[in-house]
Amino acid sequence: MIEGIGVTDILVVSTAMFFVGVFGFLVRKNLITLLMSIELILNSVNINFVVFNKYLYPDMLQGYMFSLFSIGIAAAEAAIAIAIILNVFRRMSGINSDQVNTMKY
Amino acid sequence: MQTELYSSVVWILVLLFGAFLVVGMFGDRLKARASGAISTLAILAGAVISYATAWSYFFNDGMIDGKYQMFIPFQMEWLRFADTMAINLGIMIDPISVMMLVVVTTVSSMVHIYSFGYMKGEDGFERYYSFLSLFSFSMLGLVLATNLFQMYIFWELVGVSSYLLIGFYYQKPSAVAASKKAFIVTRFADLGFLIGILALSYYTRTFDFVDLLTGSEAAITGMAGQTFMGLSVLTWVLVLIFMGGAGKSAMFPLHIWLPDAMEGPTPVSALIHAATMVVAGVYLVARLFGIYVMDSTALAVVAFIGAFTSLFAALIAVTQNDIKRVLAFSTISQIGYMMLALGVSGYGGEDGLGFTASMFHLFTHAMFKALLFLGAGAVIHAVHSNFMTEMGGLRKYLPFTHITFLIAALAISGIPPFAGFFSKDEILAAAWAANPLYFWTEWFVAGLTAFYMFRLYFTVFWGENRNYEHKPHESPASMLFALVFLALASAVVGFIPFSHYVTSDGFPFETHLHMNIAIPSIAVAVVGIAIAAWMYMRPGKIADRMASSMPGFYRLSVNKFYIDELYLWVTHNIIFKGISWPIAWFDRHVVDGSMNGIAWVTRQTSEKIKRLQSGKFQHYGYAMILGAVAFVLLVLYWNA
Repeated sequence: MIEGIGVTDILVVSTAMFFVGVFGFLVRKNLITLLMSIELILNSVNINFVVFNKYLYPDMLQGYMFSLFSIGIAAAEAAIAIAIILNVFRRMSGINSDQVNTMKY
Repeated sequence: MQTELYSSVVWILVLLFGAFLVVGMFGDRLKARASGAISTLAILAGAVISYATAWSYFFNDGMIDGKYQMFIPFQMEWLRFADTMAINLGIMIDPISVMMLVVVTTVSSMVHIYSFGYMKGEDGFERYYSFLSLFSFSMLGLVLATNLFQMYIFWELVGVSSYLLIGFYYQKPSAVAASKKAFIVTRFADLGFLIGILALSYYTRTFDFVDLLTGSEAAITGMAGQTFMGLSVLTWVLVLIFMGGAGKSAMFPLHIWLPDAMEGPTPVSALIHAATMVVAGVYLVARLFGIYVMDSTALAVVAFIGAFTSLFAALIAVTQNDIKRVLAFSTISQIGYMMLALGVSGYGGEDGLGFTASMFHLFTHAMFKALLFLGAGAVIHAVHSNFMTEMGGLRKYLPFTHITFLIAALAISGIPPFAGFFSKDEILAAAWAANPLYFWTEWFVAGLTAFYMFRLYFTVFWGENRNYEHKPHESPASMLFALVFLALASAVVGFIPFSHYVTSDGFPFETHLHMNIAIPSIAVAVVGIAIAAWMYMRPGKIADRMASSMPGFYRLSVNKFYIDELYLWVTHNIIFKGISWPIAWFDRHVVDGSMNGIAWVTRQTSEKIKRLQSGKFQHYGYAMILGAVAFVLLVLYWNA
């Protein structure tokens, strides 16, 4: 662990990342940007896993394993999301989220 | 006691049911004559076993200590309801069941043989024979039943076979309508029968005839104390059971199906609607006679309905023009005689004369009425019409049919020495002993019977010689054989001393001819025949003049006293408009309406709130995150 940096500091960073991600997800219109926001959210959670594992149970590995698992999932999710975005682009000739509004009644 | 012989009666049922299955399932692959032969052989084998059984029962070992016993040579448990209550299937041998065994197998064999000629070349020849086997099986199962429930099962089975055979010409709308009518009317009556059976078994805790008739008299007398709506429960039970019998036996007011049932092939009318199935009601009352005698009200109902029906049907028969309908109304009238005889009978010894007379008349009537129908069938076969107006002078063309028909007509009119005279004499004697009013009614009906039978006979075989397109031809040998056999039977069965064999309590007694009864009854029959001869023997207008001199009565009689119209009126105006229509309204508007209302409210609500679904997924994201935040805040708040 880097000297002088406490657990609180790291949690502040991860919380900030989380809300930046949420904000980006809600207000941005570009689908690629939305995907990037989701990655921010996921990564903030990964940071939490690592930090809590390090400080609370230094002799165990579950937190690291979970974060690795989550990264794998995120990679798969990104692949699918990009495939969806490509299809949206082909169909609607754009990747603006306002265009994707047919999922209603 | 020859147990083996008596238990072999089961084989009659097995053979007939087997014939039904084989002919019914493989009939289309067999030659028509082969399937007919299978059914006929089965019933002939049944007849042989029945004759052997009857011989052994009545002359060798049926009587123990001077009384004809009830034997149950075969019985198996079929359904068990409770420790003390089970439904059995078995066969019961006693005087009336053995007598019915002989009647059913004899008439059925003759009808099977006759049908080879009558139904030749018809479509569905093998279907016809398989249904005949089914009918014979069910009828014998009914006759041999050891308990009320078995009887009820076979009772419905004969109803089904009757339905199938009436509707044999199913391409004809009138035949389809007639079969439905027969089924529905008898089924309605059977509702009463079923309620009666259930109520009886509820009080007596048994279905078995042996227990009901001999063992548990205490149970039945205990029941007599119970009342329901002012009448004792026993009366209710017996009247309800009689309702089932009245439906099957076409007693007024449930007689309306029988004349229409004549849409079926004529041999079927002879077998089912003259000789066997329609007397099932009489048999039912006779079977439970030991209980009926305990309740004079129920017996009075039986007697009154019987007497009224016999008069009523005879009045209609006088004016009908369809040869088979005359015979149908005559059947109703004669069954009325049997019911009356049961209704006026007492129990035991000479008092039981009515019972013996009723069974005797059932026996003789089966022979001569089957013969009349088969003779009518031969006439229809020759002329290709049912209507008396298209017949006449047939005695030259159909000599055998003419003679056999004459014998049957004499038998039913009660002219000695033919069979009907003896049985009718006993019935009249029993009626005289009970109530002279019944005697004079039946005496008058006897005259009417002679009149309408000879009206039929003279119009068909004498009268005007029509110009037939095809010269009528005498029937083939198979039909003539059945006619001659039944004619011989009609001529001689009257000499059987019936009271030696079939009595209400099993003890034989002596009967003698009642001269004071016989002479007026012969006289009235002769008068009836003479009037018929005067009116119909030569071509003339006497009958038309008679009809126009009594226009009111004539129109009532021709239209069968408008009973069918009355039923239609009641069905349409009271049942349909008064009951069915409000119920249908309730169903459509209240039951369906509440369901439709719920659906309507749901749809309207969703119509209003569906705008919340914008289709933009970021809005859904907002909602999700706000929801999560709210949830977290709530949890924090509650935990704080």
